[in-house]
Amino acid sequence: MSDVVEKTLTALPSLLSLDSHSGSTKLSSSSKLGNLIRGITELTSKHEEEKLIQRELASIKEQVSSPNTSMRQMKELMVRAIYCEMLGYEASFSYIHAIKLAQQGTALEKRVGYLAVSLFLNESHELLLLLVNTVLKDLQSTNLIEVCMALTVVSQMFPKDMIPAILPLVEEKLTHPKEIIRRKAVLALYKFYLIAPNQVQHIHNKFRKALCDKDPGVMTASLHIYLQMIQENPEGYKDLTASFVTILKQVVAGKLPMDFNYHSVPAPWLQIQLLRILAFLGKNDQSSSEIMYDILEESLRRAEINHNITYAILYECVKCIYTIHPKSELLEKAAKCIGNFVLSTKINLKYLGLKALTYVVQQDPKLALQHQVTIIECLDHPDLIIKRETLELLFRITNAQNVAVIVEKMLEFLRGNKDDYTTIDLVGKVAELAEKYAPNNEWFIETMSTVFSVGGDTMQPDIPNSFLKLLSEGFDSVEEDRKLKLFAVDSYVSLLQGEPGKLPQRFLQVISWVLGEYSYLRGELDAATVLRLLAKLLDTKSTSSETKSWVLMAMTKVCEGGVGVSVAQEVCETYSSSLDTALRQRAQELQHLSQDRDLRAKVLPREAGSEPLEVDSSLSFLDGFVSEALAAGAAPYKPHHQRQEELAQAKALSMEPYGLPISMSSCSIADRQSPTLLSVSSGLSGDSPSLSQKGGSTTPKLDGVKRVWGRQGYLVQTEPVEESDLVEVTGPLQSPNQQAGADGPPSQTPTLKPTPQPEQEKQQLASSLFVGLGSQSSLCLMGKPEATTQRFRRKAKGPVLSSSTGEQISNSSVSASSMANNLLCNDLLDSNITSETAAPSLEQTPQLSRDLPAANGACAVESTDRDVKENSASLIGDNRLVAADPAPRGDRGKLKDFSAHLPAEFSGLCHSDISPLASNQSLDVSACHVQKEDSLVLVVFMYNSSDDAIPHILLELRSDELEVSCEGDSPVEEARSRSVAVCQYSLTVKKPSVHVEVAGTVSYQLPVGTSQSVQFSYKLPLTSFIRPLTVSTEEYGTMWLDFSHDTKQKLTPICLGQEPLMDTLNVLKKKLKLHVVEIIGMEGIVACRVLRDQPCLMHCRLHAGALSVWLRSPVPDLPDCLMYHCQRALQEH
Amino acid sequence: MIKAILIFNNHGKPRLIRFYQYFTEDMQQQIIRETFHLVSKRDDNVCNFLEGGSLIGGSDYKLIYRHYATLYFVFCVDSSESELGILDLIQVFVETLDKCFENVCELDLIFHMDKVHYILQEVVMGGMVLETNMNEIVAQVEVQNRLEKSEVLNCLFCHVNSSPINREATKPAVPDQHRLRPL
Repeated sequence: MSDVVEKTLTALPSLLSLDSHSGSTKLSSSSKLGNLIRGITELTSKHEEEKLIQRELASIKEQVSSPNTSMRQMKELMVRAIYCEMLGYEASFSYIHAIKLAQQGTALEKRVGYLAVSLFLNESHELLLLLVNTVLKDLQSTNLIEVCMALTVVSQMFPKDMIPAILPLVEEKLTHPKEIIRRKAVLALYKFYLIAPNQVQHIHNKFRKALCDKDPGVMTASLHIYLQMIQENPEGYKDLTASFVTILKQVVAGKLPMDFNYHSVPAPWLQIQLLRILAFLGKNDQSSSEIMYDILEESLRRAEINHNITYAILYECVKCIYTIHPKSELLEKAAKCIGNFVLSTKINLKYLGLKALTYVVQQDPKLALQHQVTIIECLDHPDLIIKRETLELLFRITNAQNVAVIVEKMLEFLRGNKDDYTTIDLVGKVAELAEKYAPNNEWFIETMSTVFSVGGDTMQPDIPNSFLKLLSEGFDSVEEDRKLKLFAVDSYVSLLQGEPGKLPQRFLQVISWVLGEYSYLRGELDAATVLRLLAKLLDTKSTSSETKSWVLMAMTKVCEGGVGVSVAQEVCETYSSSLDTALRQRAQELQHLSQDRDLRAKVLPREAGSEPLEVDSSLSFLDGFVSEALAAGAAPYKPHHQRQEELAQAKALSMEPYGLPISMSSCSIADRQSPTLLSVSSGLSGDSPSLSQKGGSTTPKLDGVKRVWGRQGYLVQTEPVEESDLVEVTGPLQSPNQQAGADGPPSQTPTLKPTPQPEQEKQQLASSLFVGLGSQSSLCLMGKPEATTQRFRRKAKGPVLSSSTGEQISNSSVSASSMANNLLCNDLLDSNITSETAAPSLEQTPQLSRDLPAANGACAVESTDRDVKENSASLIGDNRLVAADPAPRGDRGKLKDFSAHLPAEFSGLCHSDISPLASNQSLDVSACHVQKEDSLVLVVFMYNSSDDAIPHILLELRSDELEVSCEGDSPVEEARSRSVAVCQYSLTVKKPSVHVEVAGTVSYQLPVGTSQSVQFSYKLPLTSFIRPLTVSTEEYGTMWLDFSHDTKQKLTPICLGQEPLMDTLNVLKKKLKLHVVEIIGMEGIVACRVLRDQPCLMHCRLHAGALSVWLRSPVPDLPDCLMYHCQRALQEH
Repeated sequence: MIKAILIFNNHGKPRLIRFYQYFTEDMQQQIIRETFHLVSKRDDNVCNFLEGGSLIGGSDYKLIYRHYATLYFVFCVDSSESELGILDLIQVFVETLDKCFENVCELDLIFHMDKVHYILQEVVMGGMVLETNMNEIVAQVEVQNRLEKSEVLNCLFCHVNSSPINREATKPAVPDQHRLRPL
């Protein structure tokens, strides 16, 4: 008896401490957590805190590992451990005990255990595997709280591979009578969907059930899933549009229980979620959008109570309205809403208003005009976030006229900014704008100098790179070109004469490259002066050794004359003994080249940038050396990955049969590729920009173009306007203010009233900022994506261009006239086309081809591309269409039939539809893929729709998942006018993924000199790469044991007749080209390989009406992807 | 998705940290420090949104915060969350805490960190908003508390029954029990 009393007495204090929840300050003194916290708050220095916590952790560790510690004490210890971890002190020893607590404790102790686990561990932590059983047990528990806890921890983190183990249990919970359990189960499934989408594919129907759940809470939870899925694939859920609209209607009408109201707004978060979903569904889809118009209007009308949350709904409404197919009345209302936001005194609303403006300004630039005064005010707002958002908005409305003012504002902000992240972002934007819209050379160089000095060494490296590229490639006008370079040299020389030590390293590198390359252009500038300036840089302490390399390289280019050589010699002496090998190398080069003038002229020719440098990528000049070495008994070169593989194989016992034929071919490919890499890396050796520019002279200005297309991709109608845009304001740039005075936007004039002085300043600023945004603004804005043409345009001085320039400037911003102008330009261009194409089309002779009724003989002869040669008889340009109907330029692509151009060797093979990928005014790109037995060939068709031949076409393909290699001798070099050039690439899978994608860029130089590029991407399913793998059952057995990556899942078999297994496998065989190795009773083994040489084995077993499929492969992710496709194949059947 | 929820006081001392995306321990502390640095230097009359902390993720991420007396409540979210929606969610969360703790103050959060976590779990689950209805949240928390209470009582009574002498000793404990109820 007495020991029982004893026990009770000892238990009491801890019980009591547990109880005192509310009056926290009165927390019982015996609480150890309380002591710890109090101890910490009393401390003053970080060091003392550390000591205290370490002591505390040591004591926790001791108690935790003692066998006498009860679960109850453990619970208390765990809370203390959580507290220490929160303060940033690791308590990894307690992790395992947290899991134990979750496993063994009572419900309350479990709760602490689960909490600790979810705070301590992450998805990939190995200890988590120990939790799986606990979760399984708790999911089956009759205690609702335990089930809840398990679902919570599962949605917080769960090992991906273990999902199948608990999935059925979680699914079961979708029909649980308790609403809260259903809700949590839905969210847990959503989490699974996020981390392993193919695992939950089969329960999409259940999601629909959750959407229709009688409890609004469960329905709300299911919207998370739908938002995600619809965002990924809006097409798949169009049928739900009406349902979502109905739900929203009911919510807005207040049909939900009062409980869901928040500040008397019915379920606002639900409304927000629904509006977001609707926006995705209605995007680019008129019929879906039409269903929503009513409810959007209703929402706008209802959300008028002035509470924070109604603004949230309004904001989503507005965004939705501007995303879906436009309806003018709604747009008007939405615009008014945006106005209210922007003008609001509440700063959060102002911020959102600016965001909304930024979002819509491309579609409706006038809206920015209406609020110009507010925008100007926001520029001077004390809140930096508002300021930044305003700059973002201005960035979107920049055009050639207001660029100077906007860039100045951005630089002003940058100078005062301390946040790295913002700096990097904004510096990139300034550089982009400067390249696109630079009004003149001086401004460009100066702006870029500021960018380099402000951006420092944190900025994106492609900014200096593309700047140097721009300088070296130059433009059509040699004179302009020279001036730009000269100005750069001048301004850099004066910078170096100042205090170069303060400049960032990147900038110094740019400066030294420019001086090295172009300082000779300034005749009166003595080489020795430049050398001295550069040498001064070398002596500066803060100069990094990378920069020193650049400087030495520049000196090598410049050193000339007696004084120059002596300066160079001095430098060489210092650095030829440097510890840095790169520097020593440079110093040596400098030493030798400075003494040998002829050699230097040969090695470093001036203006090297303008001439294409021939790179012998096959390193053929080494062939002699290699063959000698091979003859002398050297081992043939093996690429790195192959060596690694062999090494790995050598370590383990090889279970595989020898000599799969495929591995040989992969070896030969690799052999061909690797020397190229080698040559590039050996050629680079330090002076990367000059070389990259040399090598890249056939691939001009990709960066700029890419960015532009990416950012404004959804401006659909850019094409028709861009010709007129070409003609827009060029060369001589008027000062923006002047310009504004001349043709300021008309809509602004009525709002102008006589205003006091500061107001006037604002107005002035406004007019300079918003110039070009008036009714003619559509021109500027639409033209924006055509960045490269603008950039180069300022150099182009063709007679046609300059004449229409004048026209454009004098054009008094009346939309009608700008339209006329637009048409005029189109006409101008089109008439060219018609006149030239008319001639050949008259000569059209009937051809044998069945595909096209008319053909162009001349064209057929001209397009003697290697791939097209074989079927030149059927080679037909489609200029018939162009000649007949020159106006709808956009439609050409659709009507074209490329199948005639498919190389003859593919004629018997199955190929995908030829899909148009991208086009611009002169080039249409389409592609298809052909499945050969041992390879997959991507055939790219490039149709030159212009009247001039396009020389120097460069097609580049890249892909994360695929390995791309060019088939045949060489990629296409040119495309004759109105003919098709064909390229073939062989694709193999590098990294398996459900869908693989190839992105490509076609870049070319138009005869007029401007370079263009077209970007496209081509998506294809992994199934195209699957080929049967013929193996015997024995071989299968050994391979099966070897493979380490696997996945298992239950699929629904297909029942056609008596033998569901056979039927299912036949379907899979037909659809996915698998090889059925053997069927034994209820089990079947199947094998396939993914090109080029990645085997995957499948084992299926029919059991209780379900087909359990087990996939194994040596390649990670491959089983998962194949599982997905199997599932799809069976579902589609 | 909500990526992280941070609560710290005016001096940057963390009071509740919950990450829904994995970061290493060091990274977490760095994020807390940086976030505090960003948030603390902002006046009370500027907007409640911050963009692009470089640590937690690029331009897609936003910090949405509210400042209550001595505490900052910071939610780090991606673009799939509504800014104003989250702002009000913070309000809901704080009001719930207030209901559960009766005039909640910083000390409640310090001493009942685990409790706050449980309440938060009913609002946000695995980075997704689970419940925005305050009454519902409080109801769920209360269900759990009842469990707690019954467990404590069970424990006490089993001892009490076995030793009648000790009944005196347990008496003062009983009134204390009642203090659980408001939770």
